[in-house]
Amino acid sequence: MSNITLDSKAPSGDIKDRWDNHRFNMKLVNPANKRKFTVLVVGSGLAGAAAAASLAELGYQVKCFTFHDSPRRAHSIAAQGGINAAKNYKNDGDSIHRLFYDTVKGGDFRARESNVYRLAQVSVDIIDQCVAQGVPFAREYGGLLDNRSFGGAQVSRTFYARGQTGQQLLLGAYQALMQQVSLGRVEMHTKTELLDVVTKDGVCVGIVTRDLTTGEIRSWSGHATMLATGGYGNAFYLSTNAMNCNATAAWRAHKKGALFANPCYTQIHPTCIPASDPFQSKLTLMSESLRNDGRIWVPLKADDNRPADQIPESERDYFLERKYPAFGNLVPRDVASRNAKTVVDEGRGVGPLKNGVFLDFGDAINRLGGDVVFERYGNLFDMYERITDENPAKEPRRIYPASHYTMGGLWVDYNLMTNIPGLYALGEANFSDHGANRLGASALMQGLADGYFVAPYTVGDYLAGLLGQSPVATDDPAFTQAEAGLNDEIKRWVSVGGTKSPEHYHRELGKLVWDYCGMARDKTGLEKALGEIPALRDEFEKNVRVLGDPEGMNQSLEKVARVADFFDLGELMCRDALMREESCGGHFRVEHQTEEGEAQRDDENFSFVGAWEWEGKGQAQTLHKEPLVFEYVKPTQRSYK
Amino acid sequence: MNLTLKVWRQDGPNDPGHFETYQASDVKDEMSFLEMLDVVNENLIEAGREPITFDSDCREGICGTCGLMINGQAHGPQKGTATCQLHMRKFHDGETVTIEPFRAAAFPIIKDLVVDRSSFDAIIQSGGFISADTGAPRDANEILIPKPAADTAMDAAACIGCGACVAACPNGAGQLFTSAKLAHLNLLPQGQSERWRRTEDMVETMELFFGSCTNYGECQEACPKEIPIDFIALMNRDYLKSKLKNRKLIGQR
Repeated sequence: MSNITLDSKAPSGDIKDRWDNHRFNMKLVNPANKRKFTVLVVGSGLAGAAAAASLAELGYQVKCFTFHDSPRRAHSIAAQGGINAAKNYKNDGDSIHRLFYDTVKGGDFRARESNVYRLAQVSVDIIDQCVAQGVPFAREYGGLLDNRSFGGAQVSRTFYARGQTGQQLLLGAYQALMQQVSLGRVEMHTKTELLDVVTKDGVCVGIVTRDLTTGEIRSWSGHATMLATGGYGNAFYLSTNAMNCNATAAWRAHKKGALFANPCYTQIHPTCIPASDPFQSKLTLMSESLRNDGRIWVPLKADDNRPADQIPESERDYFLERKYPAFGNLVPRDVASRNAKTVVDEGRGVGPLKNGVFLDFGDAINRLGGDVVFERYGNLFDMYERITDENPAKEPRRIYPASHYTMGGLWVDYNLMTNIPGLYALGEANFSDHGANRLGASALMQGLADGYFVAPYTVGDYLAGLLGQSPVATDDPAFTQAEAGLNDEIKRWVSVGGTKSPEHYHRELGKLVWDYCGMARDKTGLEKALGEIPALRDEFEKNVRVLGDPEGMNQSLEKVARVADFFDLGELMCRDALMREESCGGHFRVEHQTEEGEAQRDDENFSFVGAWEWEGKGQAQTLHKEPLVFEYVKPTQRSYK
Repeated sequence: MNLTLKVWRQDGPNDPGHFETYQASDVKDEMSFLEMLDVVNENLIEAGREPITFDSDCREGICGTCGLMINGQAHGPQKGTATCQLHMRKFHDGETVTIEPFRAAAFPIIKDLVVDRSSFDAIIQSGGFISADTGAPRDANEILIPKPAADTAMDAAACIGCGACVAACPNGAGQLFTSAKLAHLNLLPQGQSERWRRTEDMVETMELFFGSCTNYGECQEACPKEIPIDFIALMNRDYLKSKLKNRKLIGQR
């Protein structure tokens, strides 16, 4: 265990002025010197593409890496509902302070106040920037921007582009990035996957990648490295993440000394399509904006097999409206998900496998007319019908919670730098802004805030101190040793010669993590998982089969390394969940609930960020704590009643 | 249901490639087409044979990574549906299904069913953007955009860049993709100052890689986002206009 003190570097003073003062106090790099610095950006989703483009516009030399065949494919593209911003265009009482307050409260008082306030401030600029880029947000007839309200908020602050907001925001960032590529300011490396982070004398000096087309292992050196590589929701195997989303970049950074914070904070999204068969490869999310107009219910009685239209009003249980009259169907995601699990566990689930609840548009269609409803949610209706062969305009759709987002991630300070100097983490890959639960339409906001408006400023403060230094050469032993290690790892995987595919082990691992560290967790289950995961990992290492040539395109080889990292990460999620003897946000410990079944926090003992330090393979990680201080939003029991 | 699959296998760009036949048994209606292939692959691995390489990512029809020619149709038989969203209920027991990569001169095959679509990125790099460096632009609501313009721009911007339009076109043309991006940006007020330059640059870059459009209309039939060829007409009009209006050219004559 090393002697690490977690300094958040969050400024003091009035929270309204903290970011402005911090920006003023940071060192600048003059325009002529910027081109002397190389910044590596790994990942090209919202955070990565935004950062790479913005850094290049400022004049830095940027190299950007993605395992996708084009930056436009990153999973940010799948976000549907929208992006929050405290514009108060609707005159409904919104403000930066209210967005800040909602986010801290929504995160169940486990986020850093300074970071969240900055996020709320910057949200306003994001919308302006995106509109300038040509993002086709929804408009009203007068030509002004339209807004809608979104899960967990009582104001309309969500900007959207039909049900494809993530796509349009990503294309905006992608186009800005492509422009910088054409100007020669960004060197773009597609189909290139990070497999190691390289440090020298405790400082990050670059990365090692594998070319997914040729199999070439290659080192890249830079003055600073930014990981914008997304979350780890695929540790559950079945999730709404894309098939290739993985935690390998963040995890390899962790193994080089970067602390991993709050891994047990995972978000289970309430409005996904329930699984239909054992071969299911992923789950599909339906934007929770559907909850604005749809009503959620189950039959009052268990094992009611009647079709929805034959169940009279009096025999329906609109359980969210009943339990939470103020917020109704718009309660935050964790609350909605847990309540769905409760009614399904009671045997009141609907659908062929009894594994869902209804989301009913009948009333909305009667009230607004089918045309209005279809305009708002058309693509979500089509999508549902394509997958289930049921028409949600005629019968209520079925939904059930699924793993969707991970609030935990690499520990970063206020500058988004990890505890390794020179290594930054942006977007979902870091832990900082959402606490124990993320509000709807806030992921896009955070990814773009980090990428456009935070990291490009804060990296200057670090780089200014490196003026005159060349990046470490890639033939330095720090790099060559890392390359040799990876070549050995690859040889090891292709020579195991077992019988089962990497996919098989991923699925088995996912079941363990979901069963014991999913929507509800308890001590017995978590301890069991901490025994079963290492046992399954041993089997995986002895019995996995990777066929084909390592020196060419080899999807099994790509997958096996990612699964290996998910094993370690799944174990850490359980260890963190076991350590956190309280319930907060997405982390629900069955032992810690109020009489009404709500999450019961323990602020006295657990008001801290739990950041874990890697101690070597097979060793238990060491916990470091960053205390959380609340000066502006007083922690209370969250109530949405 | 049980299916016979004829799958294109090609071990690298220089391999001539060939079809191989596999049996897919006990396929369920609820499975997606790619989940059916996942199961075939797991069986291949258990039998010690190299699995079929194919691309996919989000599996909800938005990332544009997947794309297969299924029985000669880009993305298969269901209209407005990407391969990943196609479900096995659209097939019947005993059917033989032919699976090929998206074939086009501009999309060289990397391995099996995976092709290189970086020519699309090249088109975007040549002008598929609105120059607006990150900073402090004016308030978003200062730019009024009539709803029909915003809606039409969004219709075009819905393109997922999968390449089905190119694969479906007998000429391997890239017009639908290029025109969709041009329409998105050229219809918005923010896109006006670069309109003519953008149109020329993108069209001329497209022509470096792709074939010519002869109005077959196969592209719009294959498009999983049902983007109409009307945008190609808009592109052609803008291209013609740009030749007359482009200020870059005036001084060069």
